[in-house]
Amino acid sequence: MTSTTDAPAASGATPASPAGGPGLSAEEVARLRADFPILDQEVSGEPLAYLDWAATAQRPRQVLDAERRFLEESNAAVHRGAHTLAALATEAYEDARETVARFVHAPADEIVWTANATDALNLVAHAFQAATLGRGGEAAARFRLLPGDEIVVTEAEHHADLVPWQELAATTGAVLRWVPVDDDGCWTADDAAAVIGERTRVVAFAHVSNVTGMVAPVEAVVALAHAVGALVVLDACQSAPHRPLDLPALGVDLAAFSGHKMLGPTGVGVLWGRRELLDAMPPFRTGGSMISTVTMEGSDYLPAPQRFEAGTQPVSQAVALAEAVRYLEAVGLDRVRAHEEALAERLVRGLAAIDGVRVVGPPAGVPRSGLAAFVVEGVHAHDVGQYLDALGIAARVGHHCAQPLHRRLGVTATTRASTYLTTTDDEVDRLLAGVAAVRGYFGVVDATAGGADGPAAGLALDGSVA
Amino acid sequence: MSALDGLYQQVILDHARARKGEGPLPGADAEHFERNPTCGDEVTVRLALEPGTDRVRELRWEGSGCSISMGAASVLGELAVGRSLPELRVLVDAYRAMLRSRGADVEPDEELLGDAVAFQGVSKFVMRVKCGMLAWVAAEACVAELATG
Repeated sequence: MTSTTDAPAASGATPASPAGGPGLSAEEVARLRADFPILDQEVSGEPLAYLDWAATAQRPRQVLDAERRFLEESNAAVHRGAHTLAALATEAYEDARETVARFVHAPADEIVWTANATDALNLVAHAFQAATLGRGGEAAARFRLLPGDEIVVTEAEHHADLVPWQELAATTGAVLRWVPVDDDGCWTADDAAAVIGERTRVVAFAHVSNVTGMVAPVEAVVALAHAVGALVVLDACQSAPHRPLDLPALGVDLAAFSGHKMLGPTGVGVLWGRRELLDAMPPFRTGGSMISTVTMEGSDYLPAPQRFEAGTQPVSQAVALAEAVRYLEAVGLDRVRAHEEALAERLVRGLAAIDGVRVVGPPAGVPRSGLAAFVVEGVHAHDVGQYLDALGIAARVGHHCAQPLHRRLGVTATTRASTYLTTTDDEVDRLLAGVAAVRGYFGVVDATAGGADGPAAGLALDGSVA
Repeated sequence: MSALDGLYQQVILDHARARKGEGPLPGADAEHFERNPTCGDEVTVRLALEPGTDRVRELRWEGSGCSISMGAASVLGELAVGRSLPELRVLVDAYRAMLRSRGADVEPDEELLGDAVAFQGVSKFVMRVKCGMLAWVAAEACVAELATG
């Protein structure tokens, strides 16, 4: 399962460029798009412009084929049985772990398969809870919380990196504190420094915000946290798919990301943790495959990562995720990043130039990941999304699992466009044209003052943008 | 008419902008809050009856959301007044049946539904049925509360 014969078209032909260097040419993007059958279709009579990659990424044929090939040729229960297929399946499964480990520059035994990133973050929060209840003995002392100990998150967190910590605080007597965000939904290392203190035991935050696209000052926060002996948990869901990621070098202690946001399947996520921490953490889900000895009185657990992999695992999904990693590596994560940063700049500048549109997150010119959430004054995000869908444009609307952030921004919902390696300038421009016509359609702007031709202006019945 | 124009009928957009029945209702006989957790839309519906009867004197609502949910609340605010509780229940049932018709070509009862027939187009957009139902479900809960109380 290490074959790279199905590597993407860009592989080999165009060597990776240094960070900050050029992204992907239009020709390369066109070749990559041919790997994604789902993109080649019409929605509402228009070519689909999929701009919801941050919610879930589409999968290239290579990833779909890898999963099917595994299931057709080597599927079996892993880590048990002596037959040939069991050995092949186990090999593929563990090879996938090595591939993902290489992707984040970590040793393979520091990679734990989870159901998704939410599951991974719950695993970590649960380790603190179990340790606080006395599980894990002295080894787990770093995870033990005393009443008044502090858990620090940010106001911009995805619910997956907030609610588990709220539960942990509620069940242990620890205090949840948060780094506030500014009017753009952003926060700085200084903001974090004002919250992280002597009682802080864990600091959890997103590497890249799924709403603002802000890139967190990871190294500064790590320094602040480690100075007070706190552990750092990184939500890498929006960074792992989109930029080179060296987790050990970042200095964080634990990190979570998700398969389906990086061209892989749903049902598989990853927890990375420093070896000594994983080995000290009490298990989350318990049962088969994670034990060494079981008696009626009690059980001994395997070391990490197996300790955290109870029950039947997402084997074909892990194998397919490894293929997704190879696909991304063949393109080059630094080039993916450069491509998306250029798209984000186009997106943010374009949106900011439209009357009545407010972009949240870093202003134009400040680096952000390849997404932008925005508010169209006078038109609810749900209506914006519906209007865009009628133009064949798939954008996300709602609170994006970040209600506190939206509350802080003074809105219940935003519209979000998010890009990836296959996104074209034309798709971004179509979104911009669609957004520019939204207020006219809903009659929010005066027909003459707004530059529109009255209700329904900008949207001809054939769906084209005027 | 495009599917989108079928969804966003002018009647709905007008109601969403110039909302009928929006505001507080001190001394209401029933009150119910509904929230759509997927999009964050929310509405509180309050009902007041003519003293000594089961006839709606006033229906007022407060909330925030998309044009479909707000327009639907506004139309309800207009239609509910003067109806008895059983009549209001019949109205809600007919409206729900129309929204759940999945775009089937059935003629809604215009006599009964009045301006609410404009919401027929919502039935073609399964994801928006909840928006259209939000205030109406809250009103239904008010009716149920008054019927049992």
